Amino acid sequence: MQRRLSTWLLLAPAGLWFAVMLVLPLCFVVVFSFGEREAAGGYVPAFTLAQYANLPSRGTAFLNTLTLAPFGTVLALLIAYPLAYFLAMRADPKWRTLLLILVIVPFWTSILIRSYAWIFILGGQGLPAVIAWLGFGSVRLINTPFAVMTGIVYGYLPLMVLPVYVSLERLDKRLLEAAADLGAPPLRSFLQVTLPLSLPGVATGCMLVFILLMGEFLIPAMLGGGKVFFIGNALVDLFLQSRNWAFGAAVAVTLVLIMLVTVSLYMWLMRRMGGVRDDVALM
Amino acid sequence: MQSQIDPGAQGQTGDRPLIAEFRAATKRYGAVLAADALSFGIGKGEFLSFLGPSGCGKTTALRMLAGFEVPTSGDVFLDGERVTDVPAYRRPVNMVFQHYALFPHMTVAQNIAYGLMQRRPRPDRAEVARKVDRALDMVRLSGFGPRRIWEMSGGQQQRVALARAIVNEPKVLLLDEPLAALDRKLRREMQIELQTLQRQLGITFVLVTHDQEEALSMSDRICIMRSGRIVQAGSPLALYDQPINRYVADFVGKSNFIDGVVSALSGEGGQIETASGYRFEGRVSGVLAPGAKASLSIRPEQIDLANSAHPGAEPVTVINRIFLGEHTEYLVRHAALGDLLVLVARQAEAAAGSFAPGAAAFVAWKPETALILPQD
Repeated sequence: MQRRLSTWLLLAPAGLWFAVMLVLPLCFVVVFSFGEREAAGGYVPAFTLAQYANLPSRGTAFLNTLTLAPFGTVLALLIAYPLAYFLAMRADPKWRTLLLILVIVPFWTSILIRSYAWIFILGGQGLPAVIAWLGFGSVRLINTPFAVMTGIVYGYLPLMVLPVYVSLERLDKRLLEAAADLGAPPLRSFLQVTLPLSLPGVATGCMLVFILLMGEFLIPAMLGGGKVFFIGNALVDLFLQSRNWAFGAAVAVTLVLIMLVTVSLYMWLMRRMGGVRDDVALM
Repeated sequence: MQSQIDPGAQGQTGDRPLIAEFRAATKRYGAVLAADALSFGIGKGEFLSFLGPSGCGKTTALRMLAGFEVPTSGDVFLDGERVTDVPAYRRPVNMVFQHYALFPHMTVAQNIAYGLMQRRPRPDRAEVARKVDRALDMVRLSGFGPRRIWEMSGGQQQRVALARAIVNEPKVLLLDEPLAALDRKLRREMQIELQTLQRQLGITFVLVTHDQEEALSMSDRICIMRSGRIVQAGSPLALYDQPINRYVADFVGKSNFIDGVVSALSGEGGQIETASGYRFEGRVSGVLAPGAKASLSIRPEQIDLANSAHPGAEPVTVINRIFLGEHTEYLVRHAALGDLLVLVARQAEAAAGSFAPGAAAFVAWKPETALILPQD
């Protein structure tokens, strides 16, 4: 009995936090989503599916998020994997720590400031000016999906590099010698040994980046110039500008449901692939 | 008895054709010379061991055979072909790694099939399954194929590693301290199993170990290594009875050493004089000149322990007694010669009685069982 009591006491702070800060607000959001908007903005209790029926009016935001988030995750992975591989397997151990710090350094500055920097790089006086000067004509980069994608990949790259790096760094290098010894050329040993054994890191990185991307609003707002709208932007707009809380809640609930489904599907897929052990498959 | 080393000691393989050969193979890591112009042949079907302390170059030699290390200079030959620059994945050799290096994301059967599946054209699935089953059978793990690696015990993983290598029928099987992680009893079992397997398969085995008992019990031939060089190579018996210097005598079996200088040489015999003026006769092994520093080596089992003085016996005090079952090991102290290890067989002790620590005793040995060896 004594032990059970201490277990409950130790779990109480986290439990309370979860209940008050997560479950309760989520209940409010669900309740709100069935309500109606007051004329002056805000919420009127009701039970109607009108807000859900209205979802297609924000279809573009959903479409943008649901295409750019997976696409951004995959792009970040494709760029991060070779970098993490180099850091873990090829880089001189003398330089490894310094290089890793360089990967993390951007985190020391607010994403807001870093996104501002991209506005200048991609803006008229930046990269497009260089391209025009080189004689490739005038291109528009800022306020395009390309700019949003660039910002996203730039911003989330470290979150992808670090878990992949850790899984590659922990990989027993003698396994690669064993593969070579048994006749596997380098590419095959990568595909058959390195890649499957780094999947837990890949899964973690993809999950981190994907979940955060689904709720992203800052980068699209700054680099998309209102043209590339994410669900996150729709929520900011609905709750803070047009004060349509009921509709905002419906959008939020839909986003949570979509995330639940995609993440569960993804976890199920990861588990089926290559017999990755449950205890190491996810974070 | 011949004081010269048998032909095997020179790195020859007798009547066996060569399957692998080092020719002045040198490996340098910065200032460290891990292999110093190794020139050495390995005979087909031989069970050869590289024995030495850590850092002696034995692992480097093995890794040069496997293709994990490219010699800084010199060459490596496999089955008559120069393979110095051939990468590991194209060499017809397989290795059993020290910590097994089994693929954790594959089943036991997938691990064993890995080498076969790398062959191009891809072998027939049924053929692979048949070979995997036979390999599992050979290491007494029939039916364990679908298991995961982490479900296997250390000894079982060792067998899987062995099966994964032998299933490819390599020209040379390389074993890198394969038994180091096993407990004593299991190690003894695996030694016997390895030896049996080697005879059954007729594959050349090259073993790297720092455990002299392991090397002595399994090998046809042992290379004693130090600082990247082979100090002496020969059959376990030759190394035990005719070590060419103190280092080898010390590494192969236990021995007592009494230091001095060579005071006389006559044919195969000689005499050594210690700093305290004692003179001992012995057989000369290795290359020595009069006046050279040398050591007298006497194996513990060659020393007689008696309770009464007799001609040629030296008085000692018993320091310690350890009962080892079939033998009793005594540590005795001589006023001038220092501590000596004496091994008394059970029967001899039963006849002469045992000695308690602190007791006075007398030691003696036959001059022909003592060896006079160069110190280096």
